[in-house]
Amino acid sequence: MASHTSFKDRNLIAVIGDEDSITGLLLAGIGHINEQLKKNFLVVDSKTQVSTIEAAFQEFTERKDVAILLINQHIAEKIRPTVDRYQQAFPTLLEIPSKDHPYDPAKDSVLKRVQKLFGE
Amino acid sequence: MSGSGPRENVFATRMALTNMKLRLKGAETGHSLLAKKRDALMTRFRAILRKVDEAKRKMGRVMQLASFSMAEVTYTTGDISYLVQEQAKLATFRVKATQENVSGVLLPAFEVDRTPGSDFNLTGLGRGGQQVQRAKEVYAKALETLVELASLQTAFTILDEVIRATNRRVNAIEHVIIPRLDNTIKYIVSELDEMDREEFFRLKKVQGKKKRDAAIAAEKRASLEKAAKKAAAKAVKITQSEPATDLLSTKDEDVIF
Repeated sequence: MASHTSFKDRNLIAVIGDEDSITGLLLAGIGHINEQLKKNFLVVDSKTQVSTIEAAFQEFTERKDVAILLINQHIAEKIRPTVDRYQQAFPTLLEIPSKDHPYDPAKDSVLKRVQKLFGE
Repeated sequence: MSGSGPRENVFATRMALTNMKLRLKGAETGHSLLAKKRDALMTRFRAILRKVDEAKRKMGRVMQLASFSMAEVTYTTGDISYLVQEQAKLATFRVKATQENVSGVLLPAFEVDRTPGSDFNLTGLGRGGQQVQRAKEVYAKALETLVELASLQTAFTILDEVIRATNRRVNAIEHVIIPRLDNTIKYIVSELDEMDREEFFRLKKVQGKKKRDAAIAAEKRASLEKAAKKAAAKAVKITQSEPATDLLSTKDEDVIF
């Protein structure tokens, strides 16, 4: 658990989401652009390639200053294998609902594990 | 046979036996401690599980509310997404991680760390400023829920991992280490017993041999003595069978004078 040592530096929230979710979250003030002009959010629309989403997901999970990664559930669906494979504690991965896609607890990778544990 | 199955590679000596007994005791103590730790973690884990489940459902509602307020903004102000995305420079809504210790496991807990900023103040200046402000607040509230959920979920992930590791250790001690030490102890004990028996048998043999030797020697001596006695008796007889003749009393014809 090497990630334990560095979590004090993690204080940003990153988002991968549709335009509305991003706008709202940016309004709340999570937007951050660092010295390398890297954004901590990715707007996904219908034209965004899956590879782009994957790349952003990789980048955000590997960044050392991201504490929480929010991702719209319908976008998480597109890269479900990657999301399900993600087991690290940091950054925390949270699937959030979006405007057009109501939240479905059955699809959440963490809730799936919760359900499995309760089912045992 | 006792001592079958895997065991430590040691010589069967009393010292090794003492060492093994000490190690067995240590392993048993460790086992009970780890089992206790696991139970404590499990209790915590169950509580967190329930909270995670609750929080996830709550998040669904909160985010719905937030989307609704966003829709209001879009309705009154028009599309502000581009504006907002371009204005984002430095995060004012950050999280701060603190630690909590549960039976030696450090669980991080995120706290909202908000610096009151004046960004987006001019957004919606023409119209819908109020809605923008409200959406901002609603989203901030939603984010607080999300942050809370994130810390729960992190705790969940870490606890899950730690519980699994602890379980592995408990099982390893219970099913591998303790039986192996048990086997070793049994092996050493049986080996020492065997050595004891061998030693006893050897001593018996030595004793038997000594006795036998002594008996033979005694017999020899006895027979020797007997022989000596016999010889003595014979000698006596011989002397008796040839009585000493009185040379003077008998007259020998050969003697001419």
